[in-house]
Amino acid sequence: MSAATFAVENNLSRSTTMSSGKLRHAYLTETKFECLRALRAPAFAIPFLLLPIVLYVLFGVFLAGSMSHGDATIAKIMFVNWSVFGIMGPGMFGFGMFVAMEREQGLLTLKRALPAPPAAYLLSKMIMAMLFAAIVMATLVGAAAVLGHPGLTVGQYLGVAVLDMLGSLPFCAVGLFIGTRASAKSAPAFANLAYLPFMHLGGLFYPLPRSVQPLEFISPAFYLDKLALRLVGAPSLDQLAIGATGPSSHGTVILSVIVLAVVTLLFTGLSIRRLARVG
Amino acid sequence: MNNDCLAELSGVSKRFGSVVALDGIDLQVRPGELLAVLGPNGAGKSTAISLLLGLQQPDKGTARLFGQSPLMIEARRSIGVMMQEVALAPELRVREQLELVASYYPDSLSPDAAMDTTHTTSLGKRPYGKLSNGQKRQVQFAMAVVGRPKLLFLDEPTVGLDLPSREMMWAMLRELVRGGSSIVLTTHYLEEAEALADRVVVLAKGRTIATGTVNELRALVGRKRITCATSLAVELVAAWPGVQTVTRDRGRLQITASDAEIVVKKLVAADADFHELEVHTAGLAEAFTELTQEVAS
Repeated sequence: MSAATFAVENNLSRSTTMSSGKLRHAYLTETKFECLRALRAPAFAIPFLLLPIVLYVLFGVFLAGSMSHGDATIAKIMFVNWSVFGIMGPGMFGFGMFVAMEREQGLLTLKRALPAPPAAYLLSKMIMAMLFAAIVMATLVGAAAVLGHPGLTVGQYLGVAVLDMLGSLPFCAVGLFIGTRASAKSAPAFANLAYLPFMHLGGLFYPLPRSVQPLEFISPAFYLDKLALRLVGAPSLDQLAIGATGPSSHGTVILSVIVLAVVTLLFTGLSIRRLARVG
Repeated sequence: MNNDCLAELSGVSKRFGSVVALDGIDLQVRPGELLAVLGPNGAGKSTAISLLLGLQQPDKGTARLFGQSPLMIEARRSIGVMMQEVALAPELRVREQLELVASYYPDSLSPDAAMDTTHTTSLGKRPYGKLSNGQKRQVQFAMAVVGRPKLLFLDEPTVGLDLPSREMMWAMLRELVRGGSSIVLTTHYLEEAEALADRVVVLAKGRTIATGTVNELRALVGRKRITCATSLAVELVAAWPGVQTVTRDRGRLQITASDAEIVVKKLVAADADFHELEVHTAGLAEAFTELTQEVAS
């Protein structure tokens, strides 16, 4: 070891400011490694990257296709609904599990003690969840184009993909909220407690009975699904069951955007407050 | 704020519910020194360090890091940290861990240079999760120095290291101080503090009970330890003036006394055949035990 390598200038006025280029590099490095570690964690990457495509092909393409005799509207609904299902998991579990674990195991404390850029921790995880959403969407678009034949234009495919990537943010926020409160052991259970009702009450897999329909409003998946269905010009399964053939009204679009934005901001805000106070 | 200080706690108190973790302590870290913070479990060491790192806020008093609040990121860009309980992402390779931490600093070492100086180059490509506990500590040390910090906070840096690795770590710490860095070290190994520290602060029950160089602390406990082979009875020696404790171990008497000279003179007079005489000044371990026992009693 050379003394020169370890030597620090005793001059205490040495700059401690980061140039904007350095700061950008810090954010990019944090994001790069957050994505890398998630992709390298088989318990996380395999279910969330493989399940959506496998389930979509099995249930959305083959089962629904044969039951509806190749109906184009059903094919569109299946593509959109399984896409929404696919982007929910990485956000909710990526934040819920990882944040709870990193809080409990001291990594978050270390990052707070180190001069890590303040927003890098959350921002890198959000981008990781969006990257997973992008990969899921790429596989689903590929499967839809080859097997599902929902008859969408390139613009519609792209629109649903971008919408769902952004639509993963409210699920990230809910996952983060869980991750900032639950222990590492209980976080997956709590994430499931939110994930499963969100999924089923979102009306993604079957038309909900009238008596249960008021509960749809508590699921962010319901609102994201409405937005995506509007992009492809298809009704929801609930609407289809009562004979509708077109998408929902413009009023529902604005309401859906507002609800998703409020869920994202509310749960992110509550979580940041918690992290700042407790860590 | 004392301008000569890199980090300082002034009149700091901190409670957790009904437990008083720190009770009005003052602590200063000066440039170019290795300061060992010692104390029994629950003495308030971790709380004191957490306050200096901005992880917690004092109820009373102030914590300053380079003259600023430790919450200011600019202040923390001059520190390196090695924590005791931390699990880093097991999926990332060692070099990647270093690249990530290096990116937080304006003027860091390259990951390769950090691995070179901390003798961890051979671990560079290995996933962190596959390392032994000792190797993980070495990598955490590399992460603490990669930002070329002026002040290092090291919490039990040598726990889990084998003897050669511990000696290597000690050599690196000495090298860092010679190079101009300052170090705050918390350790349970008193011989580590004895070997490395320029100054020692002893905390107990949230208060500073002693501070000074290792020699000054030893002198606080004016005890000498005398051992010799003699046939004299324990009870007889125990009655001599200044003798505090006497025990017999395999034919040798172990005597602690405030004045070794008086005991030796008495030994010569009482048993002309005594042999294997050894006289030791109390070490830091004995000083520490005595100081903390005084507070406990």
